[in-house]
Amino acid sequence: MTAYIIRRILYAIPILIGVNLITFVLFFMVNSPDDMARMHLGVKRVTPESIEQWKVERDYDKPLVFNVEEDGSDRFTQTIFYQKSLALFAFDFGSSDSGRDISYDISQRMWPSLAIALPVLIVGLLTNISFALLLVFFRATYVDFMGVVLCVIMMSISALFYIIGGQFLVGKVLHLVPVSGFGEGIAAWKFLVLPVLIGVIGGIGGGTRFYRTLFLEEAHRDYVRSARAKGLSEIKVLFGHILKNAMIPILTGVVVALPLLFMGSLITESFFGIPGLGSYTIDAINSQDFAIVRAMVFLGSVLYILGLVLTDISYTLVDPRVKLN
Amino acid sequence: MVWLWTDILIWLLVVLCIIGGYYSSKHPHLREPWKRVAQSSVAVASGTFLAAFIIVGLLDSLHFKAGENDPDHGEVISALDVVMRPLRKNQEKTYSAPFALHLFAKETVEMPDGSQQRIYPRLKHGGAHLESEEERAADIYQNVISALLMALITWMILVAMVGLWRSEGRTFKETISVWICVRCRVQLGVSKGFPWPTLLWTAMLLLILLFLMITLGGKYHILGTDKVGEDVLYQALKSIRTGLVIGTLTTMVMLPAAILLGVMAGYFRGWIDDVIQYLYTTLNSIPGVLLIAASVLMLQVYMDNHADEFASVIERADLRLLFLCIILGITSWTGLCRLLRGEAMKIRELDYVQASQAFGVSHMRILMRHLVPNVMHIVLITIVLDFSGLVLAEAVLSYINIGVDPTTQSWGNMINSARLEMAREPVVWWSLSAALIFMFTLVLSANLLSDRVRDAFDPKLRGIQ
Repeated sequence: MTAYIIRRILYAIPILIGVNLITFVLFFMVNSPDDMARMHLGVKRVTPESIEQWKVERDYDKPLVFNVEEDGSDRFTQTIFYQKSLALFAFDFGSSDSGRDISYDISQRMWPSLAIALPVLIVGLLTNISFALLLVFFRATYVDFMGVVLCVIMMSISALFYIIGGQFLVGKVLHLVPVSGFGEGIAAWKFLVLPVLIGVIGGIGGGTRFYRTLFLEEAHRDYVRSARAKGLSEIKVLFGHILKNAMIPILTGVVVALPLLFMGSLITESFFGIPGLGSYTIDAINSQDFAIVRAMVFLGSVLYILGLVLTDISYTLVDPRVKLN
Repeated sequence: MVWLWTDILIWLLVVLCIIGGYYSSKHPHLREPWKRVAQSSVAVASGTFLAAFIIVGLLDSLHFKAGENDPDHGEVISALDVVMRPLRKNQEKTYSAPFALHLFAKETVEMPDGSQQRIYPRLKHGGAHLESEEERAADIYQNVISALLMALITWMILVAMVGLWRSEGRTFKETISVWICVRCRVQLGVSKGFPWPTLLWTAMLLLILLFLMITLGGKYHILGTDKVGEDVLYQALKSIRTGLVIGTLTTMVMLPAAILLGVMAGYFRGWIDDVIQYLYTTLNSIPGVLLIAASVLMLQVYMDNHADEFASVIERADLRLLFLCIILGITSWTGLCRLLRGEAMKIRELDYVQASQAFGVSHMRILMRHLVPNVMHIVLITIVLDFSGLVLAEAVLSYINIGVDPTTQSWGNMINSARLEMAREPVVWWSLSAALIFMFTLVLSANLLSDRVRDAFDPKLRGIQ
C-alpha cells in the first residue's frame, strides 16, 4: 500500500513540472515583465526608469532562465525562473504585485471558501442522489419523464440566473437573509445559507440526470434481476443493491473534487461578497495581479493532482476487485 | 466585404457541414441515425429554433464597410445591422422600460415658458408617433393583430407550398390536414416519418415572433433600452452570433488536434501514448477557469501593448473572441482526446485492423481509413453535447471579465452591465431577463437536440431502445 501511494505521488511530479513550465511560459515568455510593468503603469507616457523601478520592487529585474552576470550556481538561482517559478514547488508564493504576502492571504481565505463549498457538495450530493433514486424508482413512467424534462430545463438555465434570481427573491423581496457579506465564526451561518442553497439548486438539473443514468445502468445488470427474482422488494433492491454498487463511480467523482473545494467558486463568492479564494482570484484578475493568478494556477493543479491520487487510493479501499499495482 | 477571422471560420464550418450532410446522405450507415433524429418531434422543434438562431448568426457574419451613400458611412457593419437599422438607430438617452414612452430616469427639462421642471422626458423614438399614453394600448393591440394576420398568411402560404410539393396523390383537404394535424396523420396512416406538423407549428410560432418584431420593433423598444439607450432587443439578437461562435468554433479549432492525438495514442501505444497522455494530463490538471483567466490576462497585456497592430475596434474584438475560443478549446479538448484514445485502443485489436496490418498497409492509411471514420460518432456526440455548456460558460466568463471583449455584444456582457442595476428601485429587469431568456432558449434547444443526436448515434444506446 505505502509503495503504491509513493509511486502514485512520484507520477505526479512530472505533471507538476509541466504545469510549472506552462505557467512560466504563459506569465514570463508570452509577455515579458516589461510588458506587465507597462500595463500596470498605463501603456502611454511610461518612462523606462519607472518600468525599471516597478521591476526592482517586485524582483522581476532578473534574466529569465540564465544569469550571465553571476558565477557558479547563482547563474541559475538568480533568475526569474528559479525564484518565481521553481519556488512554487516549496509553496513559496512570494508577495503579490501589490506587495501582500500571498501565502498568508491564502491561508486566511481558504476557510470561508471551504465553508461554502463543502456544504454545497454534501447537501447537493444527497439531494441529487435522492432525486435520482426517486426517478429510477418510477422509471419508464410519467413521473420519470417529467423529472428528466425538468432536469434538462434546469440544466439550460444559466448559473448567473440562479444567483441573481435567488439574491433578488430571498434577499430583496422576502428580506430573509443578507444578500452578501461574511461574518466571524458561527455568526457566518446566515451569510452562508443563501449561497449554499443556490449552489445546490443550480446543480440539481445536471446532477440528478447524471446519477439517474448511473443508476439505470446498474438497474439493467444481472445481479439486480436475480435480486428481484429472489422476491426482494423494490426498495431493498434500490438501496441495497443498485445504490451500493453505484457508490463506486459516485465516490470517484466526489473524492477528486475534495481538495479543489479549498479553491472555492469564482462567481458565487464574488456575488455574495465572501472573502474566499474564489473572490481572491477574481480580484486578482480584475486588478491584473499576475503573481496571485500564477500562484492560484499552481495551487489549483496541485490540489487537482492530489484529488487524483486520493481517488486511486479510495478506489482500492472500496472496491475489492481493484488490485494495488 | 470585410472578412473577420471568425467570419471565415464560420463560413468554413458551414461548407464543412454541407459536405458532411451530402456525404451522410450518400452512406446508409450515416443516413439512418440522422433519419432517426429527424423522426423525433422534440428534435425537429428544437432544430427549428436552432435554425432560426443560426440564420440570425449567419446574417451577422457577413460584414462589410458601409458605402458612400450609407448613413453608417465608414463603419464596418453586418447584414443583420442593415436588416435591423431602425432598431439600431433608434437610440435613446438612457434606460427605458419595454414599450415605454418616457425615459426611466427623471431629468431637468426646460419648459416652453422658460421654467425648469424635473420630469420623465418623452423618448425620442419609442412610441414617438403617439400623442399620449392612453393611445398606446390600442396602438399595440392593432399592431399585434396585424402581425398575427401577416404571420397567418405567410404560414398558410408555407403550408400550401409544402402540401403541393409532397401531395402524394391525396386530395387537397387531406394533404393539408396531413401537414398540420397529428391526429389526422394517424388516421391516414402516416404516423411514422418526418413530423411535419411539429415543424410547421414551430415555424408558426417563429413567424409570429418575427412579425411582432417587424411591426412593433420600429415603433417601440419592445425589450426596453439599456444604460446608453441602446435597444435591448437589438443587443440580444446581436449576441446570438457570439454565443454560436463560442459554442461551435471552440470545439472546431481543437478538433483536428484532439482527433489526431487521441487516435495516435490509442493506436501506436508505447512512448507516443506516454507523451500524449502526459500532455493532456498536464493540461487537464490546471483548473479550466484559472487557465482561461491566465491566458486571457496575457492576451490583454499583449493587446494593450500592441494596440497599433489592430486596424479597428471590431477587428480587435474579433481576434479576442477567436483567442477565447482557442483557449476554451485547449482546456476542453482533453476529454475528447481521452475518449478517442480508449476507443482507438479497442478498434486496433479488431480483426479488420489486424488484417490490414498483416497485409502491410501503412500506419497512416490504417489511421485514416479504419480508425478515424470509426470514432467519428464520438466526435459528433461530443460536439453537440459541448455546445450548450460553452454558451453558458461564455456568460460566466464575461461576467468575471475574462470573456469576450467588452465591446462585443454578448449575453454575458449584457448580464454583467445589468446586474448592477438590480439594486435600483424600481428594478431595471429587462436587459437581464432578455439576455437570460435568449440564452435559455438557445441552450434548451441545443440540449434537447443533442440528446436526440446522442441517442441516435451512440451504438451502446441503440440496443436499449
